[in-house]
Amino acid sequence: MKTLLLCLFLLSSPVLAGTVLLKPGDSIKEAVAKAQEGDVIILSAGEYSEHEIIIRKSLTIQGEGMPTINGKEQGDIFIVAGENIHFKNLRIINTGKSNIDDSAAIKFFDSQHCSVEGVELDNTFFGLHFSNSSNLTIKNNKLISRAEREYQTGNGIHLWKCKDSMIEGNHVEGHRDGIYLEFVTNTISQHNTVDGNKRYGLHFMFSHDNSYIKNTFRKNGAGVAVMYTRNVVMRDNVFEENEGPSSYGILLKDITDSEVVGNIFRKNTIGIYMEGSSRTLFKNNAFTSNGWALKLMASCDNNTFEANNFIANTFDISTNGSVVLNTLKENYWDKYEGYDLNKDKIGDVPYRPISLFSVIVEKIPSAVILWRSFMVTLLDRMEKIIPAITPENMIDNNPKMKPYDLS
Amino acid sequence: MFKLLKYSLYDILKSRFAILYTIFMVLVAVSIYQVSEDLAKVSLSLLNIMLMIVPLIAAVFATTHFFNNLEFTELMLAQPVKRRNVFLSQILAVIIMLSAAILIGFGIPMLLWGADESILILLAIGIALSIVFAGLAFLASVLTRDKAKAIGISLSFWIYFSLIYDGFVLYLIYSLSDYPLEKTTLSLVFLNPVDLGRIIMLMKLDISALMGYTGAFFQNFFGSAKGMFLSSSIMLLWISWPIATAMRIFKRKDF
Repeated sequence: MKTLLLCLFLLSSPVLAGTVLLKPGDSIKEAVAKAQEGDVIILSAGEYSEHEIIIRKSLTIQGEGMPTINGKEQGDIFIVAGENIHFKNLRIINTGKSNIDDSAAIKFFDSQHCSVEGVELDNTFFGLHFSNSSNLTIKNNKLISRAEREYQTGNGIHLWKCKDSMIEGNHVEGHRDGIYLEFVTNTISQHNTVDGNKRYGLHFMFSHDNSYIKNTFRKNGAGVAVMYTRNVVMRDNVFEENEGPSSYGILLKDITDSEVVGNIFRKNTIGIYMEGSSRTLFKNNAFTSNGWALKLMASCDNNTFEANNFIANTFDISTNGSVVLNTLKENYWDKYEGYDLNKDKIGDVPYRPISLFSVIVEKIPSAVILWRSFMVTLLDRMEKIIPAITPENMIDNNPKMKPYDLS
Repeated sequence: MFKLLKYSLYDILKSRFAILYTIFMVLVAVSIYQVSEDLAKVSLSLLNIMLMIVPLIAAVFATTHFFNNLEFTELMLAQPVKRRNVFLSQILAVIIMLSAAILIGFGIPMLLWGADESILILLAIGIALSIVFAGLAFLASVLTRDKAKAIGISLSFWIYFSLIYDGFVLYLIYSLSDYPLEKTTLSLVFLNPVDLGRIIMLMKLDISALMGYTGAFFQNFFGSAKGMFLSSSIMLLWISWPIATAMRIFKRKDF
């Protein structure tokens, strides 16, 4: 009996911790087919030309010296459905380019506890594509697409109907949407750099209870757009240099019960554009050198803007109606010209952040060409003394005299 | 020509106005630097000075200078010198004095507290506007015989370009807002040197807002070096045509 057990143990142990070493020229598909549950397939440096590699058991595909897997522009490269499947230190290039099957470098279906770490993707249509999966770790990957137009590329990191995942330290460049989340819950995105994507840096819809922390979204075609979601936390992100007629630091549409705290908005055409959003707190954000720091549509209610810095923006706030159901308090406005007699560091006169001219520009965009002319300065002064056109309730009753130290 | 220029310059310096103007510029620059926290704010405050005060002083000073020197000019015209040289020496003296005042007035504070690209461009705009308005003032002066009338014409040039014109453009944009007026507005702005200077500065200070424009035309214009090049060349046109016209009239004028 004992010997039998020992024999069984000896037989099974190499299977449990099996390692398969591949060199360029070997077939990954065959190795996957032969491998047992829990095996590690190690690819040594060099180039492998394969696509449609289907993995349905728990395997770790690991590279040594960044081996390259070249899909030769045909379909998906890895197709994965299973548990505990891990990809590490690989370079995957040249997927097919098709909107019909959404070709991706690695495509996950119905998977749990999977991870993609230290993977470099180049010239892929979709980068990492996940659907109906959970407990994913997507970490320190580099995704680069070289498409020239929006329709020639897919999303960088694409999650559909996923939950409990972590997206961390990735660099996504040149895709349609950098990070795209739809029906994704309880997921954290942090320390990602999303740069120069053709449409949105970050795009999510119906994705409740997610956090976005310390990400940088820069020079994306239309900035960041997020919709139909509640309980979002956005903290310490940087949104910068999103310039263009329909370009936003963030566009918030129907976002409720959320927090936008400690973010930096710099050199965007519009820092935050929001409509239909409610009960959201905006605190300790720095709005610097934007065309419009805030475009707050009249359909927003119960939002609070507190302790933010507004510095060197062309226009601080503009809106499209006279109804204001939001609260502005204790912000610092560099255009504030009041005084502080009792030295409590809060200005004694309320500040009205909407200027007459920003109302005019909202109606007739081409009037912006007259900004900073003597005529316009005169009009703005007159409106400040006798407000007639600007919404009465858009007012900060206790503006700060000195900027907050936010960095 | 150089001899004439030398005497004209000497004459301007004697009038003490040059020194007062320079001191005024230094005071303005120092106070702006003292009040503003960063360079971006400095350029914003300077913008108003450059667009309003500098053209006004250029216009008034050039006109008074022309008439104060009228006797000298008449004397010179009786000599065997070219009329062109007489005219150019007068206007160049004015331009050199106005530019020097701006350069010295703002240059010293800038050397002390630093400057950035937009402040340097602002100085260039100030000098360009001085030349434009000196040219317009000389044009006003050669058009009439009366000093008071000439000052009146120069002042109305100033009021027209810095206030009335923008009001007119704003009214036009407002009342015709249903039409695609982008190109029209931009070309209207080119017909006013003050607006032109302002647009060049806008491209430095408010580019994010300007990029908010819809329409490929504007994207193109503001998003590239082309816009800057085009506005600078039209500014050059504005510098040259009043002087050229004034000179042509001066050459034929019966004093």
